[in-house]
Amino acid sequence: MNAAAPTLLEVEDLAVQFRAGNARFDAVKGVSFRIERGETLALVGESGSGKSVTALSILQLLPYPAASHPSGSIRFKGDELMGAPEPVLRGIRGNRVGMIFQEPLTALNPLHSVEKQINEVLIVHRKLGRGAARQRTLELLELVGIRNAAKRLGAFPHELSGGQRQRVMIAMALANDPELLIADEPTTAVDVTIQAQILKLLKELQQRFGMGLLFITHDLGLVRHTCDRVAVMQSGRIVETGPVADVFKAPKHEYTQRLLGSEPRGTPAPVAAGAAEVMATDGFRVWYPIKAGIFRHTVDHVKAVDDVSIRVRAGETVGVVGESGSGKSSLGFGLLRLVESKGAILFAGRDIQPLRNAELRPIRREMQIVFQDPFGSLSPRMTVGEIVAEGLKIHGIGADDDARDAMVVDALREVGLDPETRHRYPHEFSGGQRQRISIARALVLKPKLIVLDEPTSALDRTVQVQVIELLRKLQRDHNLAYIFISHDLAVVRAMSHHVVVMRDGKVVEQGPTGEVLASPKEAYTRALLAAAFDFKADESGVVRA
Amino acid sequence: MKPASPHRFLWWRVRPVTARRLANFRAHKRGYWSMWIFAVLFVFTLFAEFIANDRPLLVWYDGGLYVPVLKDYPERTFGGDLPSDTDWSEPFIRDEIAKKGWMVWPLIPYSYKTPVKNLTRPAPTPPSWQNWLGTDYQARDVLARVIYGFRISVLFGLALTIASSVVGVVAGAVQGYFGGRVDLYFQRFMEIWDSVPVLYLLIILSAFIQPDFWWLLGIMLLFSWMGLVGVVRAEFLRARNFDYVRAARAMGASSPSIMFKHILPNALVATISFMPFITSGSIGSLTALDYLGFGLPPGSASLGELAKQGKEFATIAPWIGVTAFFIVAIMLSLLVFVGEAVRDAFDPRKAAVSSGAVAEPEQTSAATQESPAEEVAS
Repeated sequence: MNAAAPTLLEVEDLAVQFRAGNARFDAVKGVSFRIERGETLALVGESGSGKSVTALSILQLLPYPAASHPSGSIRFKGDELMGAPEPVLRGIRGNRVGMIFQEPLTALNPLHSVEKQINEVLIVHRKLGRGAARQRTLELLELVGIRNAAKRLGAFPHELSGGQRQRVMIAMALANDPELLIADEPTTAVDVTIQAQILKLLKELQQRFGMGLLFITHDLGLVRHTCDRVAVMQSGRIVETGPVADVFKAPKHEYTQRLLGSEPRGTPAPVAAGAAEVMATDGFRVWYPIKAGIFRHTVDHVKAVDDVSIRVRAGETVGVVGESGSGKSSLGFGLLRLVESKGAILFAGRDIQPLRNAELRPIRREMQIVFQDPFGSLSPRMTVGEIVAEGLKIHGIGADDDARDAMVVDALREVGLDPETRHRYPHEFSGGQRQRISIARALVLKPKLIVLDEPTSALDRTVQVQVIELLRKLQRDHNLAYIFISHDLAVVRAMSHHVVVMRDGKVVEQGPTGEVLASPKEAYTRALLAAAFDFKADESGVVRA
Repeated sequence: MKPASPHRFLWWRVRPVTARRLANFRAHKRGYWSMWIFAVLFVFTLFAEFIANDRPLLVWYDGGLYVPVLKDYPERTFGGDLPSDTDWSEPFIRDEIAKKGWMVWPLIPYSYKTPVKNLTRPAPTPPSWQNWLGTDYQARDVLARVIYGFRISVLFGLALTIASSVVGVVAGAVQGYFGGRVDLYFQRFMEIWDSVPVLYLLIILSAFIQPDFWWLLGIMLLFSWMGLVGVVRAEFLRARNFDYVRAARAMGASSPSIMFKHILPNALVATISFMPFITSGSIGSLTALDYLGFGLPPGSASLGELAKQGKEFATIAPWIGVTAFFIVAIMLSLLVFVGEAVRDAFDPRKAAVSSGAVAEPEQTSAATQESPAEEVAS
């Protein structure tokens, strides 16, 4: 340690313990790292590895006394923050150390305008007057690239797009020229094209002001493109740390190697020639009515899916790619007749659009769906066995409970779960295991088509890879047709034969996966690919801010 | 068939959540004790006929055993002259039985409608060894009336609560689940229905008929079911877009099965937390109606009627008013305390009080994601 210029941030042997009743949980177990001025350190790890808790403890923002630090020291420019009195911490929070959170919608106060949110930081720390604060707020908004900043001053968080909200958060964090910026998964909640813009902005700002940047993320690709040094966390410990180039080239720790090896790769098995068409639709529409007045008459429509044509064959995966709001989930729900739609839906050659609910029921067995959120898609009050067996009961499959139980056991085994788990409740399982339960629930009915609505988005990379492999294996074994909805191009590349790129409810481009990803014809597809694989922001203007 | 789950309570499978709720309920000491006190009082008053009655429980007379509390016997049986039912307050009958056998009287030898004879002064009389809480202006024992009044109030409250919960849950479920036009028209209807003045309706009605227990229950039910619709409807509106409800629909489950199997358990939490408060509200309404004279028929044991007497004889018989006040206050307080405990027990933000269970479904996203290692192993 140099006395003239102490290290910007030095964390030594930090431990965090949480208490609930008599139970104790060690979230962080002896973590040490340092950040110099102008340096970007990435803290990488899967969910539950303790990376966010580490970040929060730097500013002593954990819920004390439920949380406690059995050991450790946090020095900011030589000053000890651990156990520092509140007034000292307040002088540092939001002033000398800025913080950006993952979800800007919940981190911004919904009742305050943009101006008020940013002014508050300035007034509290710098004791600026209203006029001066307003001036500085305007400067900041321009700095973070909000167009027409003067007009946006009065806007409320809900009036801004996800990307703009994240920019406002960054403006707040930068308001007092912090020396250190802590960014906790700043791009996880935004689309890839916006992510690329935000990363570019952070990089520029960092260079301009010489800030230290602690970047917390689970995305290794992002680390490779944006950070200087990386610290890999696993269950509360840093298992490996070093310059990004070295760690990525020659990972030493077994866990880092596994993380790096868990990029989804490979391709699905080819579709048999002359495979039967399972589902086809032309000019398919899902329009949500906008209603007004006491009697809620329809005044306009949100065209969630507008004039889309796709077809899926047995054993084929059609990947539907798009950013949030592109209508890809509405397309999936519409095709299964879970939301109202217009246009013929041919399922195994029969139009299911005009069928009544009772007529549709037997067909429902053959088309299933797996949802994104493994926590929300399983009824918390039913055992795993009951959840998987429910479809069998509805469709009267299996002679008696014993026969059904045997089928449930087979399905669970097939998705790689211990059949004994069928007497337990969903909350006892991890995200990946729950997703396997969801797949078992769909599979037990022996469907022809499964709509997979972002089945891997809520999972860690290492788990994602396992789920993708499972899905590919099931497709091979049962000749299943998949409609695979995702915003993650890497996963789509590994899963699908055919890819459909959607934007604003319309198909931008579609074709065989290899062709579309290798030589995209449309500017939007190119921008999406550049943002997803190279973290490059598009400059041509196809992408909105 | 299915191996028994380790946690069972009688035929009922205790899930970890339920176990945590029970623990939370027990930890709320005031509510927990209130529940027991209330339960004991309620069970005690359920057997009011055996505790306060103007006829003996058992009679041994001339070699025969009689149970007057359950059955009427003509006076002739006991050496009288009349074929009519025995009047147990007759000194002649008492002497007759004392000579040829014995009889066991209830703790309080008066029913709610028995005028106490041979009072030392004109009724109402103050508390004495004969009449522990005194007598009212018709010379009826106040304690006996309180016991019967407590029973009828609680039964009325429970009946109204159960009936209005069933109606309210079904109505809320239908509105929330189907939404759209059904919800719209139903809501408008409820807004109108809710503005009907119940009290005036009862006053007008009492000009035509003499309302009894069931009439009152019916009329009150017409309006009280709306209390729960709001919460249940909100739960259903929220839950119908849950992924597991969508998954059930995608599986082809019918609407009633989705409503009752998948969504209702969520709504039940809100319903059950409301129930003690609805009960205390219902009891309060019944008491108020009796007080105003539009409630149960004259002569019934009713706490409201007791309160009315308390007001009329405030200066000459303060014991009536004091009794009415305390009994209603204690009953409603107990119910409110129980309600608070139930509400706390179902509050997902209240962590387990007892040691052990840390991971719980309501707090999943943070708690259960902590196991990536387990995942890799599978």
